[in-house]
Amino acid sequence: METKWWSGGKSPFNVEYGKLMMWYFLMSDAFTFGAFLISYGTIRFSQNYWPDPNVVFNAFPFAGHANLPLAFVSLMTFILIVSSVTMVLAVHAGHKNDKAGVIKWMIWTIIGGIAFLSCQAWEWTHLITGDHAVLINGQIEEIGTTVTRNPWGPAANVAAHDGHHVGTTGPVAFGGYFFGITGFHGFHVFSGVVINIVMLLMTMNGVFERKGHYLMIEKAGLYWHFVDLVWVFVFLCFYLI
Amino acid sequence: MEHSVQEVSFHHEPEGDVVKKIIKTTIILSVITVIELGLGLTMYAFPMAAGLKLFIKGVIVILSLLKAFYIVGVFMHLGDEVKNLIMTIIVPLLLFIWFIAAFLWDGNSWKVLRNTYHPQAVEVHEGGEHH
Repeated sequence: METKWWSGGKSPFNVEYGKLMMWYFLMSDAFTFGAFLISYGTIRFSQNYWPDPNVVFNAFPFAGHANLPLAFVSLMTFILIVSSVTMVLAVHAGHKNDKAGVIKWMIWTIIGGIAFLSCQAWEWTHLITGDHAVLINGQIEEIGTTVTRNPWGPAANVAAHDGHHVGTTGPVAFGGYFFGITGFHGFHVFSGVVINIVMLLMTMNGVFERKGHYLMIEKAGLYWHFVDLVWVFVFLCFYLI
Repeated sequence: MEHSVQEVSFHHEPEGDVVKKIIKTTIILSVITVIELGLGLTMYAFPMAAGLKLFIKGVIVILSLLKAFYIVGVFMHLGDEVKNLIMTIIVPLLLFIWFIAAFLWDGNSWKVLRNTYHPQAVEVHEGGEHH
């Protein structure tokens, strides 16, 4: 009787060793990110007050003080989605042994990654250096968002002499989790860009052409898509809900 | 592992179908993201009951899971792999169900206990000023 189980003599999962191990690495990395995000969720659920992301993330480069909730982070999300698409196209070109196609799409993917990192650098700078008036021990102080200070608390019952709104300090954990988790994700994007640059150089030098296959591009692609996948959940947990 | 490549068989779909699938998935991901943003801004722009807000957040979570499904299934081609390989990736991730439920429950219990037995600590933290 014929059985559908693996009968030896061929790869049981019909997949190359390195690719299989990339999948298992990504699974373990998913648990690392999951643990960070769930820890953030625990702390957030333990607080009576948590800042509204629409209020915290409302700035856009060169837009001054315009109130544009989530506009900039939407742009970052689209940049990452598009760079994921160009990566799929690079992998697809690799399947056809189309060297020029791989080079073209890898360059676009690298550009997308660098654009995302630049956006994140601007966002962090804006959060850290953007001062907000808050009431601390009866004194009005101007503080930015850092891992030790959070100006995004509930409104205070007083107004500053120039009529500006004055808030109170919010839960300190906000900055730590935000910078910690988006930083860990940003580090993944950075290493992904480095890996993609190495892949681009190897493609240009004809390494994969001589090997006869572009499986390395596929493995780099898995890592890059995973970075996009993690962003879906970072975007969900920090900006949307 | 030099021998492994020869043992692996590949099947390639026709050229037009692959590109069409990529474009279709890109559009789906973009549309879902726009819907999510729309829902997020709705919660910000219109005052609403806590229950309704929670419901909208639940919808956004489900939409994000849908995006994850498309990224993993189409972009990462997990859907095209051998079923047992898919299972060795997906089954361990089921631990997240317990992981999320237990720790969010824990966080909530922490809040309830603090509010019940140590309300003045909450007031100091929330109010910012205390005199």
